[in-house]
Amino acid sequence: MTAFNGNTTKTGSAALATPVLSLGRRYWRDRLMLGLLASSTILVLVPLFIVIAYVVVQGIGALNWDFFTQELGSPTRAHTGQPTGLVHTIIGTLVVDSMALIIAVPLGIGAGVMLAEYPDHRLNPLLRLLNDTLNGMPAILKGMLAFALIVKPMGTFSGLAGAVALTFVMLPIIARATESALDIIPWSIREAGLALGLPRWRVILSTIIPAAKVGLVTGILIAFARAAGEAAPLLFTSFGNNYLPSRWTGWLFGPVDTLPQRLYSLAISPYKQWHEMGWAAGIVLLVMVILLFITARVTVRRA
Amino acid sequence: MHNQESTAAGRHAETAPAATDIRMETRKLSVFYGDTAGVNDVSLSMYNKKITALIGPSGCGKTTFLRSLNRMHDLTRGARVTGQALLDGSDIYAPKVDPVTVRRRVGMVFQKPTPFPTMSIYDNVVAGLKLVGIRNRAVLDEVAEKALRGAALWDEVKDRLKAPGGGISGGQQQRLSIARALAVEPEVLLMDEPTSSLDPQSTIRIEELMSELKKQVTIVIVTHNMQQASRISDYTAFFYVGDLVEFNPTAKMFTNPNQKRTEEYITGRFG
Repeated sequence: MTAFNGNTTKTGSAALATPVLSLGRRYWRDRLMLGLLASSTILVLVPLFIVIAYVVVQGIGALNWDFFTQELGSPTRAHTGQPTGLVHTIIGTLVVDSMALIIAVPLGIGAGVMLAEYPDHRLNPLLRLLNDTLNGMPAILKGMLAFALIVKPMGTFSGLAGAVALTFVMLPIIARATESALDIIPWSIREAGLALGLPRWRVILSTIIPAAKVGLVTGILIAFARAAGEAAPLLFTSFGNNYLPSRWTGWLFGPVDTLPQRLYSLAISPYKQWHEMGWAAGIVLLVMVILLFITARVTVRRA
Repeated sequence: MHNQESTAAGRHAETAPAATDIRMETRKLSVFYGDTAGVNDVSLSMYNKKITALIGPSGCGKTTFLRSLNRMHDLTRGARVTGQALLDGSDIYAPKVDPVTVRRRVGMVFQKPTPFPTMSIYDNVVAGLKLVGIRNRAVLDEVAEKALRGAALWDEVKDRLKAPGGGISGGQQQRLSIARALAVEPEVLLMDEPTSSLDPQSTIRIEELMSELKKQVTIVIVTHNMQQASRISDYTAFFYVGDLVEFNPTAKMFTNPNQKRTEEYITGRFG
C-alpha cells in the first residue's frame, strides 16, 4: 500500500506510476492495432472473394450435365447447340496432376530431408542451389525442360510429359516445405532416438517425419494447388486435346487436355459459348483445389 | 566381463575396487568445440553396477563429458573428441566402431523428458526394439511390461498403454524415457540431470528407481543437486572448467575431499 502513497524509493514510485497513467493509452493503442490488422486482412480477402464471385457468376450458366459428361469436340458443336463439355479435361487434369504428385512427393520429401537432416553432407550446397534455381525458374521454362526430356525423345506430346513438367513446379515447393517442417522438430527428439541405438535414417523415418506430418501435408497441398493452376508448363508437354483418347494409354502417352491450359485456349478462342465454358472450367478448378485442401486437412487432423 | 562378483567389492565403497570392475573408462579424453576444449584430458573410471555422479558448476564440461560416453558428439557440428573411451576395455572411438552399436550398449536419459510425440506409451517403450525389426507381439509385450515396471511406471499406465506418450505428466514422461532406454537392455545408462525439470516427488521416485537399477546397470549421472549426488551415488567426480578436479567415493568426497576447490564447491562457496 505504501507504494500508492509514494512512500517508496524514487524508482519504485515511478515504475508504479507510469503504467497507471498509460493503461488507458495502451488500451486504445491495442484497439487501434487490432483494427489495423483486421482491415488489412479484409483488404487481402476482398479481392479474393471478388475473383471467386466473378468467376462463378460468369461461368455458372455453362455448368450443366453435358459439361461433365461430354467431350469438347469442334467449335461447331457449341455453335449449333450440340452436346459439348469438358469431361476429357477434368479427367486429364486428375490424371496429369496425380502423376505429377506421385513423382514429386517422394523426390521432394527426400530432398527436403537431405536439406534439413544432413546439412554437413558434401552434396547439400549443390542440392540447395539446384532447388533454389528450380524454384525461381519461370514455369514456361519448366515446360521446355520437360519438352526436351520427354516430348522430343518420345516424338509426341503426352500426359506423362505434362506430369514431369508439373513435377518441376512441385518439387522445390515440397522440398522447401519439408525442410522447414523438419527444422522445427526439436533436436532432442533426434538425440532420444539415436541414444536408443537406432540408425539415423530410422530415427528420421519413424520419429521425425511423423512428428512433422502436418507441415509436410501443408507443403504438398501448396505445391499441388500451385501446379494445378499452371497452364504454361503444359502448353507444349501435355499440349491439350479436344477429344477423349480412344484407349486408356492415351492418357499417359498421347496429348491430354488439362483445365488451366483448356481455360487459356477457350479464353483466346473467338466463340462466345467457349468463353462461358472457360469461366466454368475456372469454377471446376477452384472447387477441385478447395475440396482437396479440405479433405487433406480433415484427414491430417483425424490421424 | 559381466562380472557378478564385482558387487562384493562395491559394498566397501571406501576401498578402491579391482580394475576388472571397471565398466567404462576414459583415458585422456578431450572434447573440442572448434578450437576450445570443453573437456580437457579427463581420465575417469566408471565402476560396474555403481552410480557415478558428475558434479560441478554450469559450463564445467560434465554434460559434454557424459555425451562423449555414447558418441553423442558425432552429430554436433564442429565437435571433436580425442583420447579414448573404453567400454569393457575396447575403445568406442576406434576407427571401425559403429556409433549405433555403442549407443545400443550405452543408453541415455536427457534433462527434459523426450517421449516420441506421435507414439503411444507402449510404442515409445518398445521403439528401440520395434524399429530395428522385432515384431513378435509376445516379445514386445513382455519387454514393455518389464521396462515399465523397471521404471516404476507400470501401475500408473498399464490401463492406457495406447494413450499418447506426450499425454502423461512430466514426471511420468521422464520415467517413460527411462523405461524406453531400459527396454533395449543397455549395460551403461547415462543420465543428464534427469530430475532437474521435475517436482520433488517425481525426483524421489526417480532416485529410488536408480538405486534399483544399479543392480543391473552401470549409471553415470550429471547433477546440479549436491544432496542428490550424495544421496544416490557411489562415486563422485568434480569437474571444473573442463578439468576433472577430483574423483573419489562419494562418502569421502562429501566428508573429506582431497582438493580445496572440491570442498568449496560442495559447501556452496562458489559455483
